[in-house]
Amino acid sequence: MRSGRGRDRSPVAGRRSPGRVTTSSSVERAGALAVRRRAGGAGDVVFRRLSTGAALTILIVLAGVAVFLAAEALPAITADPAELPEGKSLVEYIAPLAFGTVLAALIAVVVAVPLAAAVALFISHVAPRRLALTLGYVVDLLAAIPSIVYGLWGIFVLGPASVGATEWLAENLGFIPFFEGPASATGRTMLVAGLVLAVMILPIVSAVAREVFAQTPRRLQEGALALGATRWEMIRMVVLPFGRSALISGAMLGLGRALGETMAVTIILSVSGVITLNLISSANPSTIAANIALDFPESSGLAINALIASGLVLFAITLVVNMAARAVIARRANGEGS
Amino acid sequence: MSAPPLDLTAAAGDLRLRRIKDRAATAAIAAAFAVAVAPLVSLLYEVTSRGLARFDAAFFTETARGVVGEGGGAAHAIVGTLVITGVATLISVPIGILAAIYLTEYGNGRLRRALTFFVDVMTGIPSIVAGLFAFAVFALIFGPGIRLGVMGAVALSVLMIPIVVRASEEVLKVVPQSLREASYALGVPKWRTITKVVLPTALAGLVTGVMLAVARIIGETAPLLVTTGVIDSMNANPFEGRMQNLAVYAFNEYRNPGVMKEAAFDRAWAAALALLLIVMLLSLIARVIYRRHGTELR
Repeated sequence: MRSGRGRDRSPVAGRRSPGRVTTSSSVERAGALAVRRRAGGAGDVVFRRLSTGAALTILIVLAGVAVFLAAEALPAITADPAELPEGKSLVEYIAPLAFGTVLAALIAVVVAVPLAAAVALFISHVAPRRLALTLGYVVDLLAAIPSIVYGLWGIFVLGPASVGATEWLAENLGFIPFFEGPASATGRTMLVAGLVLAVMILPIVSAVAREVFAQTPRRLQEGALALGATRWEMIRMVVLPFGRSALISGAMLGLGRALGETMAVTIILSVSGVITLNLISSANPSTIAANIALDFPESSGLAINALIASGLVLFAITLVVNMAARAVIARRANGEGS
Repeated sequence: MSAPPLDLTAAAGDLRLRRIKDRAATAAIAAAFAVAVAPLVSLLYEVTSRGLARFDAAFFTETARGVVGEGGGAAHAIVGTLVITGVATLISVPIGILAAIYLTEYGNGRLRRALTFFVDVMTGIPSIVAGLFAFAVFALIFGPGIRLGVMGAVALSVLMIPIVVRASEEVLKVVPQSLREASYALGVPKWRTITKVVLPTALAGLVTGVMLAVARIIGETAPLLVTTGVIDSMNANPFEGRMQNLAVYAFNEYRNPGVMKEAAFDRAWAAALALLLIVMLLSLIARVIYRRHGTELR
């Protein structure tokens, strides 16, 4: 909600306000005010500096993330490929990981966005008001569940439950590269990892969509209904076009989250460093984040630098995705204000 | 998805069809909602039923030191979680709330725009990257073998600060401008107005925001895996040696179950249940506080 942007800031500067308001000519009163003004002045300077300092600290930390990661990644970037883990060049090392990262995140987005749109619509336009409020909380609760819990649920519950379905897919839809098979017997597949990521990003996408769906101008909605449109027609012709950019930016935020999600993938995926589109076999590419979580505790020397270099790549990818998402949101907010 | 104009004469003709479409779409939306909520139901059920097996007194009082098979607990991980999260909160809350005050009370021009934008960007930093950042900072100073509780707290702060800023800014924004102006009119300096009028008015909302932020970071695993390491015994000093935490404990029990797998898995589930309860409790209390004391803001 960026509605605050256009609102006027305090029209009266705090420091000067006593002088403006005073009408009393009493010397005593003026003196007291002057003292208070001076005290306020010093306090104001300190407080302003403190809050500005906090603002600058945040920007410095963000810059620091990039700088420190780059500094620690540098040894791996300049090192001889033979000294790196597995004796591969840094690009060869990171490429399959980047591929796996993007693949898992894309599965998650493709599955989560339509569902999230439906969830948002259900809460904003279909469910009764009272129920909708409660449902909103429940969906928000999903966002707060720690990723380790999703990971355990994925490996112990969803994975085993998926085996039957993936075997069927391999048998009947095996001509599609995604379902080439042979199906994994444990369910530790890219498909399951992607589905768990979808569950994890769904609340984020639907929260963004829900907020904007609910902001659809009433007059447009009632206008459509007054012209005889059914509720679905009203949703299709008024609400969805109005909320489209929000859905896009929500999808990109979800994509950013899915790209960086670590534990669920670390636990679920059985990895082997291949590049494949086959989603249901037991040989899967790892993701950057999962690879770091798996290898970091047991690594030393240049291997750590290589892992940090891969982290830097992940940081860059998510930064681009998130900045694009924010740009879409900002453009929408500006368009609305005019 | 450009909307075609409503053609009422043609539309009236197939009213029945349109009604059916409307029903079908409504049913599809409700069904999709059910599909989306099903994992939550399944997850809550599984975590509760599997977690209860070891959700006993020993789990909360014993550590994992010397435990190879059954038994043992996560007391060290619970203490670690509280210490790491506490330190992270101590770092994040002052910076976050002051930055929010800057955004709503002082900020203007480019720094304000930059901060708004980059706080949003910062909320999207992958948690593992935050962990690597904390590791990189401390490794440059103390060497690459370093593992400390406070490193984890720094990593979590990177994740927590933007959440606190966002939440606090929203709350401070809705404090009525008239309250500030009334205070200025009485001759109260700006900083006193902020500390005596604006912040108390927004207090319930600020507390809610901080609690939700704590709920978001208390279950983090990845950044702690690379900063605080794994340890089986009690350590409550964030500036000395490795430190365990509940999420990492759950992950480690799953990853390295040792000789009696089922016992280790049970401990992992119990830790997951404990985390889930903490997170839900925090969210619930936050909502209650906001409902009870935050109404004057709306």
